[in-house]
Amino acid sequence: MAKMHPTPMLDELEKGPWPSFVTDIKRLAEAGKDACADLLGQLELSYKDKEGHWKHGGIVGVLGYGGGVIGRYSDVPDLFPGVEHFHTLRVNQPASKFYKTERLREVMDIWERRGSGMLNMHGSTGDMVLLGAFTEELEPIFAELTAKGWDLGGSGSALRTPACCVGKARCEWACIDTQDICYDLTMEFQDEMHRPAWPYKFKFKVDGCPNGCVASIARSDCSIIGTWKDDIRIDQEAVAAYAAGEICANGGAHGPDTKLDIQADVCDLCPTRCMSYDGKKLYIDNKECTRCMHCINLMPQALRPGTETGASILVGAKAPILEGAQMSSLIIPFIPMEAPYEEFKDFVEKMWDWWDENGKNRERIGELIQRKGLQEFLKAVELEPDPRMVKEPRYNPYIFYQEDEVPGGFERDIKEYRKRHAR
Amino acid sequence: MPTVTYKGKTYEVDEDGFLQDPEVWDENFAHYVKDSEGISELTDEHWKVINYLQDYYKKNGIAPMVRIMTKVTGFKLKKIYELFPSGPGKGACKMAGLAKPTGCV
Repeated sequence: MAKMHPTPMLDELEKGPWPSFVTDIKRLAEAGKDACADLLGQLELSYKDKEGHWKHGGIVGVLGYGGGVIGRYSDVPDLFPGVEHFHTLRVNQPASKFYKTERLREVMDIWERRGSGMLNMHGSTGDMVLLGAFTEELEPIFAELTAKGWDLGGSGSALRTPACCVGKARCEWACIDTQDICYDLTMEFQDEMHRPAWPYKFKFKVDGCPNGCVASIARSDCSIIGTWKDDIRIDQEAVAAYAAGEICANGGAHGPDTKLDIQADVCDLCPTRCMSYDGKKLYIDNKECTRCMHCINLMPQALRPGTETGASILVGAKAPILEGAQMSSLIIPFIPMEAPYEEFKDFVEKMWDWWDENGKNRERIGELIQRKGLQEFLKAVELEPDPRMVKEPRYNPYIFYQEDEVPGGFERDIKEYRKRHAR
Repeated sequence: MPTVTYKGKTYEVDEDGFLQDPEVWDENFAHYVKDSEGISELTDEHWKVINYLQDYYKKNGIAPMVRIMTKVTGFKLKKIYELFPSGPGKGACKMAGLAKPTGCV
């Protein structure tokens, strides 16, 4: 039994129906974890003061790696010695976070002996996050984890741990094998992940289709989003069953009795209006379809993505700091995504070379593209400009030309001009 | 603030062992860090990196980006880790007496 601190405010958070993190941490504290009791004590103090009680920064790690551990120290260690050190270890999760209990027990066994016993399942980037270790335990934890086949994830100005949606494991819309891509990239770029070498952080995320279940378009510098090139597959009998109300809309997402009005719910809501329904048959003008997934989402038993599948590659998503938030912009409309993904990796290497060469300190690739222009980026990755890369053309006339595009070039003699135009 | 004493000299450091005041740096401090960072012997190659970091820091007030450091010293990142197992930030910068790296680390 650890020394429990009075926590009247946190106790309030044990009421109500949602699983209470306070109850969970108390359970560990009562089992004898000082770190847990002191964490609750310090958190209560933060609730009272309305400010954090962790010191700034912290640089700890394991030999051979430049990242993977986030150092933290309490600024009130005398009050709460159990959290004087409270370092976080990022453990690289399996793609899509499928686990066997025996493997989880393996990690928990190490963590219970050598750490606080608290964790995040999972960090926003995807890692399994072990919360709260003392410096002297880092190397032993690392040694035990790696002996069991686990490794740390990324942190710092490096490749961060890649993540993906559930993909072909249990989704009929996955156009690409998201898990294989995620695993392959993770293994291929181990060096880039463990040893920060870049201007700033870089993230990969892999979505199997435009629904974006891992939010790659918003949360990764390089977003890989599955799509297809050919026609949507239609099962007209199933369409009729939806129309008759025999199958409920959207897989029952709006309740078990939602009857689909195919004209109003599907055709009229199609963003390109490329669908029509004559009461018997559904038609799709596929060359006008932007593959937004709406019709497929509504009628999963009747409509399926095409079979000629690959991915769209988008680049540049980031949170607001420094120059404002960005979502990723389309760079490659369609690229085949079959192992070993060589064409994609060629693109990645060119992109990294350009960013590493030109990026300022702590400049995300999205900001570099903003600063230098999409044109420069396309040149670097050897891609031709394509109308699909812009939502709309520019409306200002500040257009740069390369000298070799302009007859006569940029060298001009003012005297020649004056011969025709006196001052 | 914690202090460390090495071969008769005392230094003020933070929890991570970074020197609080770059002015008091001396070679003795580099040898103290060496022991905690898994380095048995400081070679000329180590000193090349340490001296470069100090020069850059004196001139620019910040640590160089990894890329610039590898370019100027001629050591690839892999080599830097061979010299400094905990890397350029936690290893080399600490040994050179530079301020602690900050940001999303």
